[in-house]
Amino acid sequence: MAAEQGKVDPMKQFQIEPLFGSANWELAGFNIAFTNSALWMAITVILLWTFVAGGMKRELVPGRWQMAVESFTGFIDDMLEANVGKEGRKYVSYIFSLFMFILFANLLGLLPIGVLGLHPFTFTSHFTVTGVLAVISFSIVLVVGFWKHGIKFFTLFVPHGTPAAMVLPIALIEFFSFMIRPFSLALRLFVAMMAGHVLLKVLSSFVIDGLNAGVGTSLMVAIPSFALMIAISALEILVAGIQAYVFALLTSLYINDAEHLH
Amino acid sequence: MEAEAAKLVGAGLAAIGAGMAAIGVGNVFGSFLESALRNPGAADGQQGRLFIGFAAAELLGLLAFVVAMILIFVA
Repeated sequence: MAAEQGKVDPMKQFQIEPLFGSANWELAGFNIAFTNSALWMAITVILLWTFVAGGMKRELVPGRWQMAVESFTGFIDDMLEANVGKEGRKYVSYIFSLFMFILFANLLGLLPIGVLGLHPFTFTSHFTVTGVLAVISFSIVLVVGFWKHGIKFFTLFVPHGTPAAMVLPIALIEFFSFMIRPFSLALRLFVAMMAGHVLLKVLSSFVIDGLNAGVGTSLMVAIPSFALMIAISALEILVAGIQAYVFALLTSLYINDAEHLH
Repeated sequence: MEAEAAKLVGAGLAAIGAGMAAIGVGNVFGSFLESALRNPGAADGQQGRLFIGFAAAELLGLLAFVVAMILIFVA
């Protein structure tokens, strides 16, 4: 391990730990311990549910809260309208849940509650979580594609107007690019979140070590690192939003493929 | 060269990929801005494509990061 020298281990924040003495809970031979990851998912769902429920009053003149919720649903609605067309309306509930869940998870993981002694945990920085989300999106594409077009769904791999000689290589490339989608979808979110959090922890170790080493390094290293950390935190908030948006956008594009083929 | 040293050198070399992705992402947004200023009316309609291009360019940089992480922590 390369992280042994520093006092801050940048990988420790991703450790999954069972909480409330649930380490030995089992169901049909599988460990189902209530982990910190599960706790933060529960917090995310409760917050998201509260946020949306608070805006579901359906008043004719919306208040601030309803306006906030409606701007999010309207945003997803517009995105599906633009990318899928009028058939996209029926996916609004799924894409909205997906987008808001990822957005809330990313933002909750950035909360500075470490100063209170609590440990925020970003479960979107785990490949298992993002992998499951990506597989759900991919299965929806497969189910919709085969349901709607049957065996004709395979024409997705051969775009219109392909010369006969090029059918085989193009079909092969299209097939691989299709099968790689769930991986790229999951990997993008997971790595983007993980890289940002590692970067923040590495900078924090610069700050701590710099402050401990004396006045000179405090001024030369710790304070610039701290300023950079604040800037990177702002960037991370932007990345949290962009990654949630990109995940939802790519899912809607893949659904468009399933709805309309090429 | 020792195996441990080679791993760390490899992880450092993988950082070149992150820099390349930075060029790519900068290119995506730079070209978008350039053309958006020429025809601001058409800019809003292309935002979806902008983020698709951004996502594609960024993914390759993230892959470089994955390679570095695998070399340090897994291999």
